[in-house]
Amino acid sequence: MIKLTDLSKKYGVKKVVSKVNLSLTTNKLTAIIGPNGAGKSTLLAMISRLVPSDTGEIFLDHQSLKTWKQNSLAKKLSLLKQASSFELKITVKELVEFGRFPYSKGHLTEVDHQKVNQALAILGLKDLVNEDISTLSGGQLQRAYIALVLAQDTDYILLDEPLNNLDMKYEVQIMKTLRYLVKELGKTIIIVIHDLNFAASYADEIIAMKNGKIFKSGLTNKIIDEKVLSKLYEIPIQIQNISGKPFCLYFN
Amino acid sequence: MKKLIRSFPLKVIALLILVIVSCILFLTYQTYGNWDFALSLRSGKLIAFVLVGIATSFATITFQTLTHNQFLTPNILGLDSLYTLVQTTIFFFFNGKQLLGSESVATFLLTIAIMVIFSVLLANFLLRKGQNNLFLLLMVGIILATLLNSITTFLQVAMNPNEFDALQTKLFASFNNINSQYFPIAAIIILILVIFLWFKSLTLDVLHLGDDQATNLGINIPSLQFSLLVVISSLIGVSTALVGPITFLGFIVANISYHFIGTYHHRQLFIGGSLIAIFLLIFGEFIVEQVFKLNTPLSSVIEFTGGIYFIGKVIYERKNG
Repeated sequence: MIKLTDLSKKYGVKKVVSKVNLSLTTNKLTAIIGPNGAGKSTLLAMISRLVPSDTGEIFLDHQSLKTWKQNSLAKKLSLLKQASSFELKITVKELVEFGRFPYSKGHLTEVDHQKVNQALAILGLKDLVNEDISTLSGGQLQRAYIALVLAQDTDYILLDEPLNNLDMKYEVQIMKTLRYLVKELGKTIIIVIHDLNFAASYADEIIAMKNGKIFKSGLTNKIIDEKVLSKLYEIPIQIQNISGKPFCLYFN
Repeated sequence: MKKLIRSFPLKVIALLILVIVSCILFLTYQTYGNWDFALSLRSGKLIAFVLVGIATSFATITFQTLTHNQFLTPNILGLDSLYTLVQTTIFFFFNGKQLLGSESVATFLLTIAIMVIFSVLLANFLLRKGQNNLFLLLMVGIILATLLNSITTFLQVAMNPNEFDALQTKLFASFNNINSQYFPIAAIIILILVIFLWFKSLTLDVLHLGDDQATNLGINIPSLQFSLLVVISSLIGVSTALVGPITFLGFIVANISYHFIGTYHHRQLFIGGSLIAIFLLIFGEFIVEQVFKLNTPLSSVIEFTGGIYFIGKVIYERKNG
């Protein structure tokens, strides 16, 4: 379980996250939505200890994040930020193998190879294993990095805008993969996402953030609501039901 | 070349052959029958080249991975200016002649210790302040190097000319004036540090993914940066003590290794880089001695070619980046 108490972060004088109290349910897919500059990515970075918080505490499985050993934490929680490219030669497979570093420290065992192959298969990268990552398209690179996080095999997976650079086919495929991980492998996944319709269709719970605060959080059908969303984004948003699924319309 | 030789062992063998051939050439060419004299003189230089080559390539490749930048060398941050300043200061405030006359190894160790403390404080501050601002890091480093050089010059000008002369010849080494009395201690220090980096090299591989991704994979970045900076500044300190400051050697060696070895594995880069560095130094010295007839010092040749390579790389990256 991840629990945040009174979490705040300032950059200079600007408060990016202020006094966030939150409990994230395990074994669920939680989406964090909100306008630009709401503090979503900073929140995610603080949970994954990339950015230290100014005040407040983060508890992971009832233990404060500060007291976790770095390496044990790496087997428990993983984060994917924006995928970055690489200056030296490295193949897709070698990249994904880095995901096993917390376990093997670079000396891969049989189990490690299995996990790597599994991650490559789930992301549909089998044909690209020996490609140099500098030759990949944005979408392929994004999938390779998601495979790395999968190979890391953590209970908690945090993804910062994982659908960036992907076309519809892979957007849907990634979201389905995430659902599969939650349902079949019991993972807890938290994603920052901008596309409301993906959040509406795939997330179990949604956290809406605005101006560094939790605007509203709860089950998906409670947040995907015309009033809540229109107030959150300050534009009129309509919701239509098509074959039983809610769709947000905001093209005016 | 790259196409012809693909596998890593073959590349290492090719480099080894180059090193051995240049060694033999360097040791035996035109000795004028004076074998004893030539061999003792030249083998001393050879030992220095091997030590400096290994220290420089390990330090620079590690430093470039740490800073995620293939243009930087530890020297750009003013490490060797710091070395000269520390040496001058010790000489200036304590009675230099006594120190030189008695146990110079103690001065050597003291200098390196002071340098490590200074550079760790400095680089820690710089890395923390300018974590996402590499330009600031570079600028501060270059300006600081100038400042340190100015202080050094000031102290030297204030010195008694005789003392200054002694300082010049004894303390500021160059490829023509190698401090061979430091060989044993330097070799031991380099060996220990290189073994340390060798064991850290798998962790260094992960650093290529970026600091955030490395943190995600369980690496404690601040403590790693700290320990690596200590190691890097010690290596540069030892190397500077042996042959004086050489800014561009590390840059050339690291970049040739990336191209030639073509991998992200630090163990392979370290081996390849060391061999390339040793070869370049021996071959360079051979050319300087036999072709230029000692009219140009080796360090000038290195700085000149290194500078051209540096500018070339900047232009190339601009076009392709």
